[in-house]
Amino acid sequence: MPLLETTHHRHGDAPYVPDQSRAERLTSFEPADFGSPTGREEEWRFTPVDRLRALFRDEPTGLCLDWDQHLPEGVTVSGVPVEQWRQAGLPQPGDRAAAVAAARSGGVGVIDIRAGAELAEPVRITLSGAEGQLVHGHLWLRVGANARATVVLDHTGLADYSEVLTVSVGDGAALSLVTLQRWDDASTHLAQHDVVVGRDASARHIAVTLGGGVVRLNTNATYAGPGGSFEALGVYFADEGQHLEHRSFVDHSAPRCSSDVLYKGALQGDGAHTVWVGDVLIRAAAEGTKTYELNRNLLLSEGARADSVPNLEIETGQIEGAGHASASGRFDDEQLFYLMARGIPHDQARRLVVRGFFADVVGRIGVPDVEAEVMAAVEAELARSEAAGGVEAAQ
Amino acid sequence: MATLEIRDLHVSVDTESGTKEILRGVDLTVRAGETHAVMGPNGSGKSTLAYAIAGHPKYTVTQGSLTLDGEDLLTMSVDERARAGLFLAMQYPVEVPGVTVSSFLRTAKAAVDGEPPKLRTWVKEVREAMDRLRMDPAFAERNVNEGFSGGEKKRHEILQMELLRPKLAVLDETDSGLDVDALRVVSEGVNRVVSAGQTGVLLITHYTRILRYIQPQFVHVFVDGRFVEHGGPELADRLEAEGYDRFLAPTASA
Ligand SMILES: Nc1ncnc2c1ncn2[C@@H]1O[C@H](COP(=O)(O)OP(=O)(O)OP(=O)(O)O)[C@@H](O)[C@H]1O
Ligand SMILES: [Mg+2]
Repeated sequence: MPLLETTHHRHGDAPYVPDQSRAERLTSFEPADFGSPTGREEEWRFTPVDRLRALFRDEPTGLCLDWDQHLPEGVTVSGVPVEQWRQAGLPQPGDRAAAVAAARSGGVGVIDIRAGAELAEPVRITLSGAEGQLVHGHLWLRVGANARATVVLDHTGLADYSEVLTVSVGDGAALSLVTLQRWDDASTHLAQHDVVVGRDASARHIAVTLGGGVVRLNTNATYAGPGGSFEALGVYFADEGQHLEHRSFVDHSAPRCSSDVLYKGALQGDGAHTVWVGDVLIRAAAEGTKTYELNRNLLLSEGARADSVPNLEIETGQIEGAGHASASGRFDDEQLFYLMARGIPHDQARRLVVRGFFADVVGRIGVPDVEAEVMAAVEAELARSEAAGGVEAAQ
Repeated sequence: MATLEIRDLHVSVDTESGTKEILRGVDLTVRAGETHAVMGPNGSGKSTLAYAIAGHPKYTVTQGSLTLDGEDLLTMSVDERARAGLFLAMQYPVEVPGVTVSSFLRTAKAAVDGEPPKLRTWVKEVREAMDRLRMDPAFAERNVNEGFSGGEKKRHEILQMELLRPKLAVLDETDSGLDVDALRVVSEGVNRVVSAGQTGVLLITHYTRILRYIQPQFVHVFVDGRFVEHGGPELADRLEAEGYDRFLAPTASA
């Protein structure tokens, strides 16, 4: 089998080699098993932990977000005690914030998609904060065997939100989960999303992060049987002072599964900071694995910083293919010049270039409404920066 | 009638080792319906002249004037110049990922005309223009210049010129890298535009072979940042035979 490893680091940095295997990272239901992060830990080294202290405190708040739901036929929403979720043999929290959220949520909100259901339209749940309340959220999305569903979670408003979302995708099912982060800029959001991909199932996790002061989204995928496919897509746009962090971890432990990770981000403004860490672990049993991950960042102004860390661990030679690439580059003035030399005004040309940058990842979302919404949101981000005079003309 | 006037143009670029003057007093007048060939050795500043006319921010005009129909181009931004009627076919056209040729052409046309083109006639016009340039219609749905071969990029530049109908087009080595068929197809495109009488062409080239298809009324020799000789088509033949030696400063060893 060909082993295909490609690395393109525009700034010449070698792929990051962690001091321990991803397989050895602690997971636990108990908040006390995790210390409160200091920022010196490997998995917190990019994160402004001081702005997140409240989310590490192991205390219930009794508060929740406003919940607005649109459920097509075949979908029900209910609640179960946390204990039942713990007993279900699902992935456990991987850090302090997730452990606190799971322990202190007071109950798990469950979204069930009936086995074999083919949803005519997306499930849509809007979660919004109003007063900047501190909320522990705990959700469990269960997709029955052979069901086909699209679920959109939309986060808006002002809140400090720590979230654990477990997604169980039944055998042969096909799920697209879209999580939109459109918070007010003073909000913070820490999340752990665990996607368990059933036998021959296909799961897609699509993160769109545009709003929020600090957003850190950990997306983990595991396979409950052979033949599963997982796709993680990310679109993010960080403005002045925003910290948007996406971490993905695909744990290949079953044979003949595939994973495909693509995150693209744009940054503009002073102190705009994005982080992407993409871990892929191919365990010895995962023969016939196919995996690829890619991260691209577009720096639209000075003073912004994009960290991009792909990390691939391979414990078997019997794989179909594995590769990764990451690059962060400045906005290309030559593209801008080319478009302007055809009469297209500066701001419009810039929008074309940025829209073009995002076109492939947005085009893969596969939910037309969401694609249009995301493109519109990206354009709104650009328009805002133009209005704020954040863009120097090319002359 | 459209007229581009370049008077005593001096242009410099900022380099790591300081400011470097590249154009050192350029004078030229190009009128609609005329074709001017510019020939000169590598590094003499031909592309710099093209970019400076288009308004590329890297090049600073330090002296002289540049007008189109009496209007001062130097105070205009890149896009304003294009809307005023300038067109630059680039020596190395830029790839724009994620932007399709068809949406790019429509956006550019709308910008230059000040209103969006009528959809039905526009689609037809684009298709016919592509057909004349022997471009596969599939190019319309590809991203701008992405993965285009050298020759395909050049045809795409000429396609834009035909559709945007500028008053003054600067073609920077549009003939380089073209096979014989493409050279003919591209030349026909240029001739169509010129013979319509509304466009003047400044054709930068290294090769006389394109001048078999495109007959310039004027040939100019460009050396070391300025024009050193002006003539008719016969000058091109002489350059072909003799090279640029007689224009170059004698080297110390010679
Ligand atoms: N941005 C720049 N920085 C430094 N030097 C530059 C820059 N742009 C152009 N030059 C220099 O100016 C000179 C003229 O370059 P230009 O590209 O205009 O030449 P040219 O006549 O078009 O050459 P060719 O026939 O090879 O296309 C060259 O010596 C080139 O290296
Ligand atoms: Mg040149």
